[in-house]
Amino acid sequence: MLAFILRRLMQSVLVLVVVVLLAFTMFRFVGDPVNQIVSLDTPAEQVAQVRKSLGLDDPVPVQIIRYLYHVVQFDFGISYQFRQPVVDLLAERAPATLELALMSSLISLLVGIPMGVYTALRRDGFFARLFQSISLIGVSLPTFLIGILLIYLFAVTLGWLPSFGRGQVVTVYGRWTTGFLTASGLKALILPSITLGLYQMTLIMRLVRSEMLEVLRADHIKFARARGLTTHSIHFRHALKSTLVPVITIAGLQLGSIIAFAVITETVFQWPGMGALFLKAVQNVDIPIMAAYLMIISALFVSINMIVDLLYAFVDPRLRTTIKN
Amino acid sequence: MSVPVLDIRNLHVDFKTRHGVLHALNGISFSIARGEVLGVVGESGAGKSLTGSAIIGLLEPPGHITGGEIYLNGARIDGLDFESMRHIRGKKIGTIFQDPLTSLDPLFRVGEQLIETIRTHLPLDEKQARARAISLLADVGIPAPEKRIDAYPHEFSGGMRQRVVIALALAAEPDLVIADEPTTALDVSVQAQIIEVLKKLCRERGTAVMLITHDMGVIAETADRVAVMYAGRVAEIGPVRSVVKHPQHPYAQGLMGSIPPLDQRPSQLQQIEGSMPRLSAIPKGCAFHPRCPLVIDACHQTQPELRASGESFAACIRAGEAA
Amino acid sequence: MAQEKTSGQANRVQESLWSRLRNHDLTYQFLRSPITVAAAVICLVLILSAICAPWLATMNPFDPKQVLLMDANIPPVWIEGGDPRFVFGTDDQGRDLYSAILYGLRVSLAIGAGGVALAAAIGITLGLMAGYFGGRTDAIIMRIADVQLTFPAILIALLVNGIVQALAKGSSRETWAFGVLILSIGLSFWVQYARTIRGSTMIEKNKDYIHAAKLVGQPTVLIMLRHLLPNVIGPTLVILTINMGLAIITEATLSFLGVGLPPTQPSLGTLISIGNKYLFSGDWWIVTFPGVTLAVFVLSINLIGDWLRDALNPRLQ
Repeated sequence: MLAFILRRLMQSVLVLVVVVLLAFTMFRFVGDPVNQIVSLDTPAEQVAQVRKSLGLDDPVPVQIIRYLYHVVQFDFGISYQFRQPVVDLLAERAPATLELALMSSLISLLVGIPMGVYTALRRDGFFARLFQSISLIGVSLPTFLIGILLIYLFAVTLGWLPSFGRGQVVTVYGRWTTGFLTASGLKALILPSITLGLYQMTLIMRLVRSEMLEVLRADHIKFARARGLTTHSIHFRHALKSTLVPVITIAGLQLGSIIAFAVITETVFQWPGMGALFLKAVQNVDIPIMAAYLMIISALFVSINMIVDLLYAFVDPRLRTTIKN
Repeated sequence: MSVPVLDIRNLHVDFKTRHGVLHALNGISFSIARGEVLGVVGESGAGKSLTGSAIIGLLEPPGHITGGEIYLNGARIDGLDFESMRHIRGKKIGTIFQDPLTSLDPLFRVGEQLIETIRTHLPLDEKQARARAISLLADVGIPAPEKRIDAYPHEFSGGMRQRVVIALALAAEPDLVIADEPTTALDVSVQAQIIEVLKKLCRERGTAVMLITHDMGVIAETADRVAVMYAGRVAEIGPVRSVVKHPQHPYAQGLMGSIPPLDQRPSQLQQIEGSMPRLSAIPKGCAFHPRCPLVIDACHQTQPELRASGESFAACIRAGEAA
Repeated sequence: MAQEKTSGQANRVQESLWSRLRNHDLTYQFLRSPITVAAAVICLVLILSAICAPWLATMNPFDPKQVLLMDANIPPVWIEGGDPRFVFGTDDQGRDLYSAILYGLRVSLAIGAGGVALAAAIGITLGLMAGYFGGRTDAIIMRIADVQLTFPAILIALLVNGIVQALAKGSSRETWAFGVLILSIGLSFWVQYARTIRGSTMIEKNKDYIHAAKLVGQPTVLIMLRHLLPNVIGPTLVILTINMGLAIITEATLSFLGVGLPPTQPSLGTLISIGNKYLFSGDWWIVTFPGVTLAVFVLSINLIGDWLRDALNPRLQ
């Protein structure tokens, strides 16, 4: 078991190293740290001095190490646009994105899995076909269009829910701002979560359906039927378990996808999260923020992937033995 | 004479496809007495497994029974509704499939699967069912059953897994066991052991066995009677010794003749010319006539019925004539 | 029996390609599903309209000379205030929406197809190499794929976009936006192709006909292209169709976010983003018509892809 964890850790570290190198390349060669500090008519010697003080004349490997050193201490530099430390900007907005992502994942799982099971068991029923049509629409509509549609319907026409912002937030544990504790905060979460989660929900629903249909044709289900087990047991004890095992992995990986897609949702709903910040950075070529966002997201994805792998081993007894050996 | 455990009369199974109707089973008739082992042999595609599926009511659509009757202990079971059939499956008829690796649910312990099967059909509580499960595992020859009962299927070897499958099939004390190629997926060295286990247990409990296989060696060792199937029909049926030593149907003769004898060293293996027809192209009249060395004009017209010949029954108008 | 075989073969040779196509299982299943037929028809209509945009449109919305600002925000012709010159109304620049949608479709289609083609090319090449050569090559390519898989396509596209924008500081978006979008999409979606092709290649390469080709001394590239490729390319067909829908959505999203095509060459996404600003002031048509077009287009592509996947899956027969 330990060897397995170590191996996955090494893989994760490899990914992170590649990402940090990429971020460094962006930071150093794509962006121009010097131009942000000097102006057009600064004399050449002063420019050279600034270069030296920033360490830009040192050999590249040294710069990389220095960069790594800063990164590990969460020092991502100063934003070109806002003239503030990037880490502060990101930390301020992280809770918004994370809460949104959490809510969306919950919605996508709690609605997607049952719908998927239902459409697999009642293949040709009316509701099954209805759900399938809805799922197809969910996959075909771009996230931003869904957002606009929902805003127009529920915020503008019906006026039930807010069309932008987080509502009222409460600060807990010193730095975390949460919208879960106020009515307006919760209301503000609804439309963005649905928007963000709809795509994932349809994916999960279709995945669960296709997996379950596959499983229902498998040999061990045939044998279960031949033993006269109840339909309930066959569907919900045996088939469901076999279905959920691969679904868990994919659902877990989708969490990363949700965090990425948050960029769009946050833009449409003017949600003050990391995604919106990243987009502005791309639009204005604010390299420090772009690089930092890249690294944070990678770290997040890599951790999620690893947790999911461990979860998989936990759930599938065949892997537990392989790992033990 | 007592009522046979299984009695199949003139069973027809069709598959409706867009290319037309395929007659997969064309008038299958045989019976199995209590405690008897009936071997069902034939090439792949002859309809052996299909017969098994039809008996337990698990024909895959678009297949369905279009004629004939199936009687279990004298009561008709074809055409029963799903729930009634479900009660019969496992309780009255046990089934063993070919691949023990895929037959067992990999995510549940062996004990859990056994106990669930037992408690579905018998009014036992958890403790009693567990005790029974352990004794079943001991019966099929699994060492240290009280420990192995909590193991997962992948922790057993192939032969051991198939023993677990046998235990599952016998868990609710069925009257009939349908064993569909139980040894095909196993190592040769293990095959004999599994057949022994099956034979012993069924003899002890008086369970009838329908042993489906393409391995004549297994049949010769294990079965009391054997039915030879060809293209969805029974070509010959009779006591094992008679059919093997004195086959009456030209196809059976070809089959037995193609088995290389141990005491000789023929320079060429005997085979039957051609191959079994596809379901969409079954010849009119006797299905075997294109390959038959004894073919005459009448063979092209009518499908021959089973008629007594020698000590068995053969579906051939020239049954018994040596090729 | 032997005689039946030969006559059967002779019959098969005589069947023309057309009748083979007509009698093929796929065609049969296709015609039995009215929704898929409808989707295919809609898809075809939209694609043809997009290609023929210069002839079908009433004006060229990309040509600044034809666009008059005073024609801005005119409602569709059936509403009070509408103008028969602009059937679906105009956007905030005075561009005729009907024409803008046609040209926007064209651009979306071009970028989508280009991006998917690039992704397929990269993915199939790398997949073939990884599967055929195995060992080091396989390990490296799969590592890269794994690293990339941790990132969703949209993020990669945004990054590529941002980097290029930084590198190309100075020159206007118009010159490179098109190519960059195709590049972003190509780089984001290749992994799926690579993985599928790799899996199939690893199975196929051990088969006899490949051994035979090697024995005869055929060069590796020829073996891969002429023998392996046709046999492993099947599943990619489904991926292609589904990718197409995703690629178009990705491009629309990037344009919506303002990092796609420049406002002078609006794609459907750009139009929607413009329309969004005017939605609350009541000018609903700017967002609705492009939005519906985009949705219908992707929906029909997905329907076809869905049907294709089910039809080609032997286990669901």
